[in-house]
Amino acid sequence: MEVPILKQGAFLIATFQAALSDADLNQLRMGLVQQVVKFRSRAVIVDVTAMDVMDSFASRTLREIAHMIRLRGAETVIVGIQPEVAFAMVQLGLTLEGVATALDLEEGLAYLNEKFKVTN
Amino acid sequence: MVLTIKSLTDSHSGLARRRTICAQEKIFMAKRDLTIPDPELKRTEEPSELLRELVAHLRQNRTQLREEWVVRISETRLLTAMTKEEIFAEATSVYDSYVEALETEAFEALQAYARNLSERIIPRGVETHEVVGIVLLLRDVLARSLFAKYQTDFKKLNRILDAYEPAANRIANTVAVGFVQERERVIRQQQEAIRELSTPVLQVRERLLILPIIGVIDPQRARQLTEQLLRGIRTNRAKVVVIDITGVAAMDVTVANHLVQTVEASRLLGATVIVTGLSPEIAQTLVTIGVDLGKMNTVGDLQGGIEQAERLLGYKVASIAEPR
Repeated sequence: MEVPILKQGAFLIATFQAALSDADLNQLRMGLVQQVVKFRSRAVIVDVTAMDVMDSFASRTLREIAHMIRLRGAETVIVGIQPEVAFAMVQLGLTLEGVATALDLEEGLAYLNEKFKVTN
Repeated sequence: MVLTIKSLTDSHSGLARRRTICAQEKIFMAKRDLTIPDPELKRTEEPSELLRELVAHLRQNRTQLREEWVVRISETRLLTAMTKEEIFAEATSVYDSYVEALETEAFEALQAYARNLSERIIPRGVETHEVVGIVLLLRDVLARSLFAKYQTDFKKLNRILDAYEPAANRIANTVAVGFVQERERVIRQQQEAIRELSTPVLQVRERLLILPIIGVIDPQRARQLTEQLLRGIRTNRAKVVVIDITGVAAMDVTVANHLVQTVEASRLLGATVIVTGLSPEIAQTLVTIGVDLGKMNTVGDLQGGIEQAERLLGYKVASIAEPR
């Protein structure tokens, strides 16, 4: 299942639908970086609201996405982590270190707008 | 042979087979009854008669035996938390229930009585060893009385004791277990109450939540707090949370780890956590377990924590008028 990547001004928004397979995640990783290059985006928001479980592979992939995108000089914000998922993640030690997070899409955009002082 | 028949499995055909075999069993048992009664069979019928006999004896000598029991209780210094009158009142009903239990073997009634008794005396500070102690004393007093009565007929004494001992031991067991169960019930109730003492998640400003924690945190309560907080962050769209632990005296390593996890989980929801009110003991615990203090934002007291939170949120507090 392909993850739709939408362009919002200088940002890209990728919204996860429910369960993503490992292949989907790998595809997303490449896809996002390619899009960042293509549109010269300043930041990517990955919305995981629909994910009700987060395993170590998904967590590592998100971290890798953030690192790869940072190499392109862009920022990543993960938004919409559910309380139960957050709880499970910290218990497993998957902390998404070094990656910015926000409550939801609105907060994520507010954070980025603040950071870049961009008016869309 | 009877045993292997009973171990057949329950398939459809097996069930049909079992039914016919049960019928066969009945025929087998009926045949047995028609045979000459063997001495074994005769002896197993006697206990109920013997029980009736000894119960009658215990009832007849009720007053005297009960007196003796109460004397033994004060000699061994049990039930010091109760007055003589209270002991006497309880002794009467315990004695009667005991003898009744011996007779009818209705242990449900005794169990209920034991629980009821526990409910009344636990608040008065009676300990488990005292309760077990007095029941065993009663057992001894009654046994001695049986020894005295049947001392001339040793064989009969043995049979009387064969009937008395299992029943008396079951009673002691039932009362002790009933007592312990009641204590456990009280403990569970108190634990619930402590848990409910928690921890409202309070919104004091837009996007600012405060979680004041008071009392003892066990791992279960810690988990509950975390879940409550994360839900609160999402509902109130909080960006900063101040967790105040001034009211927490001590924290073990497990709970300290829970606190760290709470901070990390909150971050995943986009909220910053400020922990305030760490006592010296808790500060020591956190340092000992090697918490990465870079991850934890801490401030001395609640006031400081709220002020920092306001700064993070871009609030400024200015005085607009002289206090009246």
